[in-house]
Amino acid sequence: MSLLREIRFTLNGVERRLSVPITMTALAMLRDVLNMTGTKYGCGEGECGACTILVDGQTVNSCIMFAVDCDGREVKTIEGVAADEQWRPLREALVEHGGVQCGFCTPGMVVQASHVLSKNPHADHHAIKRGLEGNLCRCTGYKKIIDAVAAVAGEQEVVP
Amino acid sequence: MTVTTIPKQSLIGQRITKRDAPEKTIGQTRYIQDMTLPGQLHAKILRSSRLHAKIISIDTAKAAALPGVHCVITAADVPEQRPIGVKKDQLPLKTDRVRSYRDEIAAVAADSPEIAAAALRLIEVVYEDLPPLTDPKLSKLPDAPRLHDAPDNVALTFAYKHGDVAEGEAESDFVIEDEFSLHFVTHCCMGVSGVIAEFEPSGNLTLYSNTQVPFLHKRDFAELLNIDPGRIRIIQPPIGGGFGSKLDIYPFEPICIYLARRTGRPVKLVFSREEEFIASPTRQPLTVTLRSGVKKDGALTFRTVRTLLDNGAYTSWGATTPFVMMQTFSSLYRVAHCDYYTEAVYTNNPYSGSFRGYGNLQATFAVEQHMDRLAELLGMDGLEFRLKNAQDRGEVTLQGLHFKSCGLKECLSVAAERSDYRQKRERHQAQQAAPGTIKRGVGMASMLHVGGGAKIYPSDGCGSILKLDDFAHVTLMTGASEIGQGSETVLAQLVCEELGIPLDAVTVINNDTDITPWDVGVHASRTTFVAGNSAIGAARKARDKILAAAAKVTNLHADQLDLRAGYIVRAEDGEALMPLAKMLRSLHFSDMAELVITSHYYEPPSKHQDKDYKGDVSAAYAWATHVVEIELDTATGIVRLDKVTAAHDVGRVINQLGIEGQIEGGIVMGQGYAITEHLMFEDGLCLNPNFRDYKLVTAPEIPEMDITFIETMDGEGPQGAKGVGEAPAICMAAAVANAIENATGVRLTSLPFTPERVYRALTEARR
Repeated sequence: MSLLREIRFTLNGVERRLSVPITMTALAMLRDVLNMTGTKYGCGEGECGACTILVDGQTVNSCIMFAVDCDGREVKTIEGVAADEQWRPLREALVEHGGVQCGFCTPGMVVQASHVLSKNPHADHHAIKRGLEGNLCRCTGYKKIIDAVAAVAGEQEVVP
Repeated sequence: MTVTTIPKQSLIGQRITKRDAPEKTIGQTRYIQDMTLPGQLHAKILRSSRLHAKIISIDTAKAAALPGVHCVITAADVPEQRPIGVKKDQLPLKTDRVRSYRDEIAAVAADSPEIAAAALRLIEVVYEDLPPLTDPKLSKLPDAPRLHDAPDNVALTFAYKHGDVAEGEAESDFVIEDEFSLHFVTHCCMGVSGVIAEFEPSGNLTLYSNTQVPFLHKRDFAELLNIDPGRIRIIQPPIGGGFGSKLDIYPFEPICIYLARRTGRPVKLVFSREEEFIASPTRQPLTVTLRSGVKKDGALTFRTVRTLLDNGAYTSWGATTPFVMMQTFSSLYRVAHCDYYTEAVYTNNPYSGSFRGYGNLQATFAVEQHMDRLAELLGMDGLEFRLKNAQDRGEVTLQGLHFKSCGLKECLSVAAERSDYRQKRERHQAQQAAPGTIKRGVGMASMLHVGGGAKIYPSDGCGSILKLDDFAHVTLMTGASEIGQGSETVLAQLVCEELGIPLDAVTVINNDTDITPWDVGVHASRTTFVAGNSAIGAARKARDKILAAAAKVTNLHADQLDLRAGYIVRAEDGEALMPLAKMLRSLHFSDMAELVITSHYYEPPSKHQDKDYKGDVSAAYAWATHVVEIELDTATGIVRLDKVTAAHDVGRVINQLGIEGQIEGGIVMGQGYAITEHLMFEDGLCLNPNFRDYKLVTAPEIPEMDITFIETMDGEGPQGAKGVGEAPAICMAAAVANAIENATGVRLTSLPFTPERVYRALTEARR
């Protein structure tokens, strides 16, 4: 078996310490070791965005990040975003606007959309489309996802 | 006592949010990939490293000796194997010969997926290469090797005819003929394929499966495993996309079951994305030779169609898509003479399955390009020409399709008007030769598809069981599966409409063959229509029962009563007489104790077609017209989709939000088929089994979408609705081709319209 290494990091606000094989991906650690299955495997090659997580405030495809690289960092997954009241309007908008069908891309979309809105609270349609470009969806044709995010962006209070 | 009155309110046509959406937005939904059973082993499959070869030997000793490996099987270890597929022309594990790169040779069950993968690498296979066959035209040559026991390597043929095409041709003023070629694409469900098999000590099998046809598979698996179908339970966890890909049994499923049987442990088998590209079904590729004629007055005279399907190495549903194609050739427009013949020919390529639209994208691609070409020869406007040949309500086509509702003419007119089709077409055509490389084009295409089920199997029906509890909470047990399309929500809506209860008073159970009644499966855009009518039937029986009991208590006639907002009310003024829950309790806890549980089986009034493929195969037919607007750069070949104006005859909108989602998703899937997606093979080897090289449409590339619903209120449809799931994908590629012609004057008959291919085609055309 492969070499193990001990890592410490913050996962959704909670300090974690665990031993992981150096070859393991962050996605496999989340899903198979920590049993947090909200983050999805879609392609394993960083091309579909279903496994999107936040690492130190940046979105990352967790399928092409080594678990050991989580060491010392702040990791937030869909479970963390779901527990965050700040993103309730985003989640509700996705439901209200019909942005969810089979739902397999949805956790990654939510994490990515939360990131887009964090960086650009008043993102327009163009910025939203660009922001979601790395997240594939085969069901919806994206329109309702974009509309949902735009509705939230439109409603966010302007901070002077 | 104050009198409360409750007005009648309808849920039909409202924007109803999807019932399972909230849990999906927080990552709580557990797909098959997310499931782990106690004691579960992980399986992997070894596939062929040769395209076409004899298997001389397989040595699994080293793999079996690897720590953590519980079981290694090859065909020799499972003598009980039986053939699978539409023609039963393959064994799950191949015995002495491989016929494609996806062929299954051995399988491993181990403690982890990593150990299983390591074990695969220790399996030694000795092959002896055989000559490859990757072109169906060459497969048919007399000296070509036989891939199966099939003369000329022909797996299936379909022949359909009405009228006499020679007569049609004789009376034609213009005759044209073209060859169209359609490429490989694949479903790309975001959730990859997977299955978990678990045997109880009794020998009963539970299968956690992504199948779209659980009841058909229950029977198929029983036959395959030689056990009583009653001992098989299929549970469908939420599915990460279907689109038709899960209509057949594929080798990985029985292989997983064999491993579970041998190890006595639950075994989970999940594909990687690469494996999904290589070993899951494709859309049927083919060439279409279409010959069409018209009279000077614009009346279509005949169509002669010859299609050649690349069957691939084995036969799955793709080879049967001519069944749908012929409907488009015979009946999308009125045509007096039609002769269709097709052959599906074995090659060493991948084999195709069913995929949203089922052959209709391909047929429509050919027919709708010919509609434009013929109009041009006649000097007629494309819209006018289509309207002249369009079907009307009440018509029975020469194939026997009976259009009891038909909104094609409205679809054509509305889509043309809303997009300003005529003016734009003239303007862009005039600009073809203008300087500059950026060209604009507008193109139109229409489609006809089954919208009331399709009677392919002995029954096209669906069963429903409805249970009302003491608190007026309703459980609908339906045979219909939810694959993301929103059937669960629509069925709940239809039940609430009958019983006058709020949406949150309904639970839908739809994923367990031990609980739910029979249904033929999610295919042919049938669920809203067939399962919807079934659910309404069960709800009406419950309503009758409740109102009959309420009539006794209130001294009114049952038809003077209504159910609204959880109350029994007087119909004429809505006065609330009694809570529904109280009425149910009084039935339950009485001397004549009775539960309100009803069931209904709905069989659509369609017919099996005869041996000549004639007959009214669906209870209703859906229609649509799409007008697409493109921008094309002749310097790069890049085609950009600017706008799609779509008009769909959907019978009636039940859930506005859901139906918009279906249409938008279908438009973008059709856009991918036309412009970006191409599963490429060289000598049978897939060149691009990943999302970097297989290009799905992404968010910035979607067109503006203007969607109009034409409500023709189908008499047989649930609340007037017709099926719509497949329709929006169907006419996109044809409309894009027509738009490219409008922009450049060049007609492209070979898909896809990727930049390099468009650039080459334009360059060649200019020479």
